[in-house]
Amino acid sequence: MTIEVREISRTFQAHVALDAVSLKIEDGDFVALLGPSGSGKTTLLRVIAGLEYADVGRVYFADIDVTNKPVQDRGIGFVFQNYALFRHMTVAKNIAFGLNMLGRNRRPDAKAIEQRVTELLDLVQLAGLGPRYPNQLSGGQRQRVALARALARDPKILLLDEPFGALDAKVRRELRLALRAIHERLKITTIFVTHDQEEAFALADHVAILHNGKIEQFDTPSRIQQSPNSEFVQAFLA
Amino acid sequence: MSEVTNRRTNQRLPAKTKIALNATLVLIALTFVFIVVLLPLIVVLYEASQEGWAAYVAAITDSDAKSAIRLTLLVAAIAVPVNMIFGICAAWLVTKHDFRGKDWLVAFIEIPFSVSPVVSGLVFILLFGAHGWFGPWLQAHDIEIIFAVPGIVLATVFVTLPFVARQIIPLMHAQGRAAEEAALSLGASGWQTFWHVTLPDIRWALLYGVLLSLARAMGEFGAVSVVSGHIRGETNTLPLHVEVLYNDYNFVAAFAVASLLAGLALMTLVLKSLLEWRHGNELKAQNNS
Repeated sequence: MTIEVREISRTFQAHVALDAVSLKIEDGDFVALLGPSGSGKTTLLRVIAGLEYADVGRVYFADIDVTNKPVQDRGIGFVFQNYALFRHMTVAKNIAFGLNMLGRNRRPDAKAIEQRVTELLDLVQLAGLGPRYPNQLSGGQRQRVALARALARDPKILLLDEPFGALDAKVRRELRLALRAIHERLKITTIFVTHDQEEAFALADHVAILHNGKIEQFDTPSRIQQSPNSEFVQAFLA
Repeated sequence: MSEVTNRRTNQRLPAKTKIALNATLVLIALTFVFIVVLLPLIVVLYEASQEGWAAYVAAITDSDAKSAIRLTLLVAAIAVPVNMIFGICAAWLVTKHDFRGKDWLVAFIEIPFSVSPVVSGLVFILLFGAHGWFGPWLQAHDIEIIFAVPGIVLATVFVTLPFVARQIIPLMHAQGRAAEEAALSLGASGWQTFWHVTLPDIRWALLYGVLLSLARAMGEFGAVSVVSGHIRGETNTLPLHVEVLYNDYNFVAAFAVASLLAGLALMTLVLKSLLEWRHGNELKAQNNS
């Protein structure tokens, strides 16, 4: 699904988080929002998700205006930096949550949900861990559960907020590969936020570099590296 | 953590000093608990049993005592759910939302704790009493609040207002909003999010707050005493009934009814321990994360 944001601005008290940001993302694209802390990248992601509202500007999914749609109705999957798993539910229940919350007439039967959970556990390489509780898993495993949970309802858009931020380098690399492989397989339009340029360039098809609430450059990793279009980008990459 | 620090301090101390120190601390703690908590309880039971079982039973099955029990349970049955709902709403509001005047609301919730119960009782007299602000209007419409059950309920609700909110606000604050946002992003409605995500996370703190407010609702004396009017068999709750009996020099009956009150309090504690014991493992599994 294509995503377009038009002239989005958002101010928190005196701080301008987003300053008339526009961005167009193609269907099936894998995009990194890269920038130093305070550059507005997380706010932009949350506005796209519907977890945050823009003061002005519009958001379109597949050319349909979703600006006033609540997060529940946007059909997105969101992965949080600190996993945000439900502590009192097993891994399987966490993953099934989105399906279990569907209205009676749209909800698959228990058998189908169970099957879907097994399928997703396989996808994120956690087969057999369904009955565990989140606190019985490692950080990397928890983030895989969070990913499986976000994918349960077949979102057309996957949004990840610093998904590897809390993990050590080796687990990071593994998870990156896993995320890339899942993207290759499902072809979901994916946006992830990171402050790690190596991660952004290694993983994404397109990178948007943010600075002071504005997008400095949006292009493929190789073109950004060959021809940075501003002093900030040049300095940031150095 | 504390275990580690203890071990470290212990290692530096000679073994004899360590034992003496531990023994002294334990002794002080036990003496204190005995004098302040156990002794009064024993005195109550001892005094209540002075004239034998028959007198004890007679005191608590007396018609005034029975009506006091009924009234106390009725008041608790209204005040506790009201405060549970209010506490959850208030905590949800101040921890999951941002709005102007939030700090004021938090401060307001604490007022019943800092105001003397007698004063809060008097406030209700000033508002709803015969010469109070709404008194003439209430009289004209034949509504009784002061010296009647509604007044007792109001006073009890007021003094127990902060218990639930105070128990769950710090917890909900510490847990943040991430789990709720996750639930919303997964398509859950606001109500589903509250029911399936927020409530299970706070249920133990909530239960604790409810039990505390239950104990206080049944035991409240000051505020209730002011608005009750002490009409025997009608507006006397258990604590007020104890006072009436005591002032009549009817010590055995007074202590018998007091033992009943203590029993109700103990029961809430046992209930809490029982629940913790039954769900202990589940509780541990969640809290270690």
